[in-house]
Amino acid sequence: MTVGMPSLSFPHRHLLGIEGLSPDEITLLLDRSETYVEQNRQVDKKQSLLRGRTIINLFFENSTRTRTSFELAGKRLGGDVINMSVQASSIKKGETLIDTAMTLTAMRPDVLIVRHPESGAVQLLSQKVDCAVINAGDGSHEHPTQALLDALTIRLRKGHLQGLAVAICGDILHSRVARSNIALLNIMGARVRVVAPRTLLPAEIERLGVEVFHDMARGLRGVDIIMMLRLQTERMHGSFVPSIREYFHFFGLDYAKLAAAKPDALIMHPGPMNRGVEIDTEVADDIDRSAIRQQVEMGVAVRMACLDVLTRNLSNAAPAK
Amino acid sequence: MSARPLLFRNARLLDPASNLDRRGDLLIEDGKIAALDPKIAAHDAESVECAGACLAPGLVDMRVELREPGAEHQESMNSGGLAAVAGGVTTLVMLPTTDPVIDDIALVEFVARRSRDVGLARIRTYAAATKGLKGRELTEMGLLAAAGAVAFTDAGRAIADATVMRRALSYARTFDLLVMQHPEEPSLAAGGMMNEGEVATRLGLAGITPAAEIIMVERDLRLVEATGGRLHIAHVSTEAAIDAIRRAKARGLPVTCDTAPHYFALNETAVGDYRTFAKVSPPLRSEWDRRAVVAGLKDGTIDAIASDHAPHDQESKRLPFASAASGIIGLETLLPLTLELYHNGHLSLLEALGAVTQRPADILGLPAGRLAVGAAADLVLFDLERPWRIDVDAFRSKSKNAPYDGRPVQGRVLRTLVAGRSVFSSEG
Repeated sequence: MTVGMPSLSFPHRHLLGIEGLSPDEITLLLDRSETYVEQNRQVDKKQSLLRGRTIINLFFENSTRTRTSFELAGKRLGGDVINMSVQASSIKKGETLIDTAMTLTAMRPDVLIVRHPESGAVQLLSQKVDCAVINAGDGSHEHPTQALLDALTIRLRKGHLQGLAVAICGDILHSRVARSNIALLNIMGARVRVVAPRTLLPAEIERLGVEVFHDMARGLRGVDIIMMLRLQTERMHGSFVPSIREYFHFFGLDYAKLAAAKPDALIMHPGPMNRGVEIDTEVADDIDRSAIRQQVEMGVAVRMACLDVLTRNLSNAAPAK
Repeated sequence: MSARPLLFRNARLLDPASNLDRRGDLLIEDGKIAALDPKIAAHDAESVECAGACLAPGLVDMRVELREPGAEHQESMNSGGLAAVAGGVTTLVMLPTTDPVIDDIALVEFVARRSRDVGLARIRTYAAATKGLKGRELTEMGLLAAAGAVAFTDAGRAIADATVMRRALSYARTFDLLVMQHPEEPSLAAGGMMNEGEVATRLGLAGITPAAEIIMVERDLRLVEATGGRLHIAHVSTEAAIDAIRRAKARGLPVTCDTAPHYFALNETAVGDYRTFAKVSPPLRSEWDRRAVVAGLKDGTIDAIASDHAPHDQESKRLPFASAASGIIGLETLLPLTLELYHNGHLSLLEALGAVTQRPADILGLPAGRLAVGAAADLVLFDLERPWRIDVDAFRSKSKNAPYDGRPVQGRVLRTLVAGRSVFSSEG
């Protein structure tokens, strides 16, 4: 496990979540990402670090943005990337997962990037394969590269994470982005708030190290960062909130609510946005305030850094077993 | 047919029903307990020197799932019977969750016949309270009881419709029959995978609120009050439900309840990193609830302990948590886990044993769970102190889904007898 460059010490075979990472490990990933931000702005974006490596994007849930971001990251590092979309509904999910893991591991990939609709599924799969696994989102559990790209965006815009007040707003209950961000921001010394109607907050969320608000004006007061979350369509009409209209009225980010935050507060969203549901369209497009496009750019760099760091931990000899 | 009399000498005789705990001998003749005294002279008998080991009534496990008929690869009557006797269980009552569902007298008779054929533990069965466990139409309770059904339950599915539950209790009372309910309001538990709280929130798993239990229990207690029907509440797991049952008993309502070892031996943290072996219904609860279960056993609010043996094969458990089957097997760990309550100082030895022998037998009206002259010689001989580690791979059960692998326990079954016949011996 210690083969590779000792200068970069990331002592994990997989990246399954933010929970369990140390501040140094996160800083290492962010520092590494920053070098790729620069590289990605050059004409020649391509490196040969992953030459000969096979990366499989294994998505059990639809995603264009995250999959594309990982695909670009792998290709820019010179790896061979293939995409596999498995329709979760076609076969019984669990059988697909284990069977697919067994099949794929026999093809000797170096990295598996996995998204799955069930919490814990990526971890389960990681136990069955010989290669490195990156969690690209599992159920409502974790989405570590999203939290890392958010952190990188904040660091580039604010210079640091320590001590910042960050409000995460919206559907916390179902959000893996929220869980990974809460973990990362706490590890890095930021102060985290969550703002949501009570039906969209999981039980005992305060135990994860957040301050809980149910009112945007109070929750956003004096914050440096506002992270808006996507509200899934199936949760908009009467199940968790009564209507889009009511949700936007109380919890949608518009200029009036934004006024409570610091004047230079940064607006973030993991995408894809529901304009007019959780965020006002003008706010989303405000180039001075919104970091939403920059987040997407950081995403590629962060994923390159993750591939870089994890493949250094792989044995260069044939994979074990 | 009549075998030679069998004399157990120098045993620690334990009978919760008569509060008996003393050194002595026990003589078996014709499958029955013939004598029970400090010293018995029986020169024609085959003699077993117990050297102070405990001799108690065989365990009565009042809630077990076997998968015969329907899924014998997970647990057959034979494998379940072997697991039972290895665990000191001499009578088990199976749930009607087979395929087909036991909601017809032919199936009750099938269980009785298979139990005789297998000849290990005595296997009795509940019948479904509603046809097909669908929660709508009552089964033929009178006829089913006459055929041998011990009581009536829809097993892991609560009878959700209050009118159906009211009629079940009311109709059952006509024949003085018992209804057993899974205490969970299904609309509150829907989609949930584990106990609601910090652990579920961290894991991103949908939680089941503990309120789902108390709401169903409170409703059912009202229906008991209204109908006078006898109700047994299965596997209580929350402090609130135990409090409600405590108050109901104080008011004199005909209600009993049990819990399963996992509700006092584990809490929700056993789920750890998505350990599907710890996925069970009702879910493992908070540490507060676990302590309330222990307190409920201590003060007698909880009458009995049942294993809730729920066998599942690897394919049903090696899945993402949400897709994995619910259930823990427990026939082979019922005794040592129950004895933890004694070894940890929560219950006296007779109280602990009573919860797995006399009390479940009394709730169900079974002629079992007693050391008494004339009673069937269904016995367990065990070493109370012997330490060992639970080894899931050594289980006789065809399924291995128990979250206890490697757990150190004390108390080991040495020998199990059913009707005076040795059906298990730890020496092989």
